[in-house]
Amino acid sequence: MAITLFGRTRQLESEIDGFLDVLGDANLAFKQALSLFLQEGKSERFTEKLHQVADLETRGDGLRRKILTNMYAETLMPDARGDILKLLESLDNIINKFEETLWYFETEAPDIPEAFHAAYQELADLSCAAVEALILASRAFFRDAPAIKDHMHKVLYYEKESDEVVTKLRGGIFASDLPLSNKIHLRFFAERIVWIADIAEDIADELSIYAIKRAT
Amino acid sequence: MDATILIFLGSGLFLGWSLGANDAANVFGTAVGTRMVKFGTAALICSLFIILGAVLSGAGAAHTLGKLGAINAIGGSFMAAFAAAITVYGMTKLGLPVSTSQAIVGAIIGWNLFSGFPTDTGSLIKIVGTWIACPLLAGVVGVVLYKLTTLFVGWAKLHIVRLDAYTRLGLILAGAFGSFALGANNIANVMGVFVSANPFTSFSLGGLANFSAIQQLFLLGALAIAVGVFTYSKRVMLTVGGGLFPLSPVGAWVVVVAHSVVLFLFASRGLEHFLASSGLPTIPLVPVSSSQAVVGAVIGIALLKGGRGIKWRVLLNISSGWVTTPVVACLVCFVGLFFLQNVFNQQVYREASYILSETVLEHLEGRGIAVDRLSKLKGRQFDKVREFRRTINEAAELDEDVQSEILASARIEETLINPSKIWRLDNLISSEQQQAVYRLQGRRFMHLWQLEEALVEQSDEWRSLPSTTANKLANRKLHDQRLEVHKLFRLARPAP
Repeated sequence: MAITLFGRTRQLESEIDGFLDVLGDANLAFKQALSLFLQEGKSERFTEKLHQVADLETRGDGLRRKILTNMYAETLMPDARGDILKLLESLDNIINKFEETLWYFETEAPDIPEAFHAAYQELADLSCAAVEALILASRAFFRDAPAIKDHMHKVLYYEKESDEVVTKLRGGIFASDLPLSNKIHLRFFAERIVWIADIAEDIADELSIYAIKRAT
Repeated sequence: MDATILIFLGSGLFLGWSLGANDAANVFGTAVGTRMVKFGTAALICSLFIILGAVLSGAGAAHTLGKLGAINAIGGSFMAAFAAAITVYGMTKLGLPVSTSQAIVGAIIGWNLFSGFPTDTGSLIKIVGTWIACPLLAGVVGVVLYKLTTLFVGWAKLHIVRLDAYTRLGLILAGAFGSFALGANNIANVMGVFVSANPFTSFSLGGLANFSAIQQLFLLGALAIAVGVFTYSKRVMLTVGGGLFPLSPVGAWVVVVAHSVVLFLFASRGLEHFLASSGLPTIPLVPVSSSQAVVGAVIGIALLKGGRGIKWRVLLNISSGWVTTPVVACLVCFVGLFFLQNVFNQQVYREASYILSETVLEHLEGRGIAVDRLSKLKGRQFDKVREFRRTINEAAELDEDVQSEILASARIEETLINPSKIWRLDNLISSEQQQAVYRLQGRRFMHLWQLEEALVEQSDEWRSLPSTTANKLANRKLHDQRLEVHKLFRLARPAP
């Protein structure tokens, strides 16, 4: 009994680690795709990255379902599985947002003036840094709960920074001579990117509650 | 064994059933309540280990209960167990904290009061002391274990899934240990009162293993507990999950282990033997409340975490339970015995006869007891313990210990060493001891101490060792062997 229990445990462990790896890869690919868009516009390399994120999204979904099935079918972690599955679902939502945002770039191809490139790049860097810190916090939740707060702190910091950058960027966009339709279009993309940092912050809050629940 | 005895044993089995239904939840409640372990698995492990604990290690705690009051008629045993069971059932129904251990102690005292036999105050103090020590000790063990476990978990940085798997396995192992400890410690509550009126006799399984009368009795009680576990504990287990203080599975594991360690400490003859042979003070073997051990451990952990969220009212309730449970059980037993004796015409205690013969007075004098004031009672026989106690107390003001000594020495317990029965002592005593018994064939003794002295004269193997911690177990074994000899050759008391 103990052998099969630990066999299933190892499998579930590797599936959860695999899911977080997928999220990490998607985060890097998203960041690269945005850099490519800012440098080259809707290029072939950008589209490649978009497809890479789409593939990762599919893999992430598959892993999440496998984890869900294993946990319920084998009645593993009955006390914490609700929280774990909710966490994985929220993290999976970030990959969805990556893919969705890149599809918007692909289909709507916003015309971002050179003057705003640095701000968009900074925004992308901050949002991806927030997700990176969230991934570390999630890994800590699974292995080293006391370390969560160090990573959480970074998520909150990057989210706050991204808010400041987007506010400035929004001001810059609307103070420019661009046509209103163009301004609204640019704001939409800025808000899509900063939204990812907001989601990371919300998940970090959920994570801290799960960690407190585990600690009691 | 005739059917009446089985009916009398029924009250003990009822008490066993209720213990199984309620106390199994202390061992597996959290594991089953949080669905970490399936009920079927929990019930099977729990029952098996309760039976093992009761049969292999249950005698220690029963010995202390037997000393508190040796109920000597099965009708009395029936009423004591029944009063305890009714008290447990009724107080649980009323939502009051209750413990089987405290109920049975109250019931035994009720029997002592009704029959007139004295209550051994030394044993009573020992028992009450452990009731207070039990939750405190569980709290301390819980705190130490929790600290060590959290340090280990923090150091090992185990994946949450692996930690869960280890916790699950840990809960099963701790549950098995807890069930063993519960069986060993609490079987005395269920069957302890039947020990003096035990209907079973010892036998040897092909010379390979001895199956003592007490073990057979405890097996029966343990089976009743197991039935309680299977038939009724699921409901209790499922409600225990969210109990006194919210705990993580690791915290729950710590509580189960702390509870089990404490119950084991108060029941293990093996540990007592180890401590005694190392010259260390031994832990009294007393039935304690498993619920209170759990509460002690939970509160210990809660205090370690800053003490927020503790329901202090629970502590107050426990303290009140220490008083109310034994008092209620004592009253119920007393009233029940009255009805059983006077309405149902059942014998609830066997009267003992006492004689202050010259031999007895000399024996008492030899033991350092001043007998001047008792000499006027020389030659008088008393057929009622109450009357004898009153008379000797009127003649001389006696303290409890001296009174107990006089009662034991003057009690008429006639024995005739019948050679045709000696073979029944095979495997229960050594061959030299058996030879000594053989040499006494045909001899008749009026008092137990006379038989003991005669045995010592025949062989040094019947001689008690000096009363030290290291010799405690050997002397107890010798005491049990003497009782076996006495039980075998005892002559029935003629009807008064």
